[in-house]
Amino acid sequence: MRVPILKQGDYVIASIQSALTDEDLIQLRDGLASHVGKHRSKGVIVDVTVLDVMDSFATRTIRDLAQVVRLRGAKTVIVGIQPEVAFAMVQLGLELGEVATALDLEEALELLRHGPK
Amino acid sequence: MDLNRTNQAIPVIHDTDIVEARAAARSLASRVGFTETDLVLIASAVSEIARNIVEYTKGGEVILSVIHNHSRLGLQVIARDQGPGIGDLSLAMKDGYSTSRSLGLGLPGSRRLMDEFRVESAIGSGTTVTMRKWLA
Repeated sequence: MRVPILKQGDYVIASIQSALTDEDLIQLRDGLASHVGKHRSKGVIVDVTVLDVMDSFATRTIRDLAQVVRLRGAKTVIVGIQPEVAFAMVQLGLELGEVATALDLEEALELLRHGPK
Repeated sequence: MDLNRTNQAIPVIHDTDIVEARAAARSLASRVGFTETDLVLIASAVSEIARNIVEYTKGGEVILSVIHNHSRLGLQVIARDQGPGIGDLSLAMKDGYSTSRSLGLGLPGSRRLMDEFRVESAIGSGTTVTMRKWLA
């Protein structure tokens, strides 16, 4: 399963379409990191709306991705964590650290353009 | 399908099997009648314990079954492997303890997601995790 990566101006949007294996997650992380490097993107949006599980590996991989992107001078926003998934993550003790989150794509783009309100 | 006779075993060897195991658990739990929130909690717990099998052993299996307690229905998940076993169980149940580079939240985290949780393990003879969730 490959996650489509779309370039939109200074930003890059990865829209997850179905459940991801660990290998898929690693490919997504590396693909986005290299995209940001090549195109000098200013921001990365990862849409996780369809994910019904964000376990420890997914959380760690997304945190790693955000860290790589940050070192390249860009920002990452995670979009669409479902309420039930958020609850499970809290119960599991999983944290996204300093990774920004938004409810939808519009809010994520706003966050990247103008920073947090 | 007769839920009472459902006893599903999913081999867990590769990372792709983690996705299989949690999808199967979700699907069976959904037939039992769990809420959407519970389905996510169950799938997340199964993901973590299946991940332990992939991460620390050469392979194992996740066995799903529907259970009864008087008129109450529930889902039982057994994850077992013939791996190295866990040396110090009380340490392994602590948040943040890990012998790999994982976050060390798998066992204690899964316990918080389920209603009942038991780990049996012996060095050299593998680990069996049994967890249950009951319909509210």
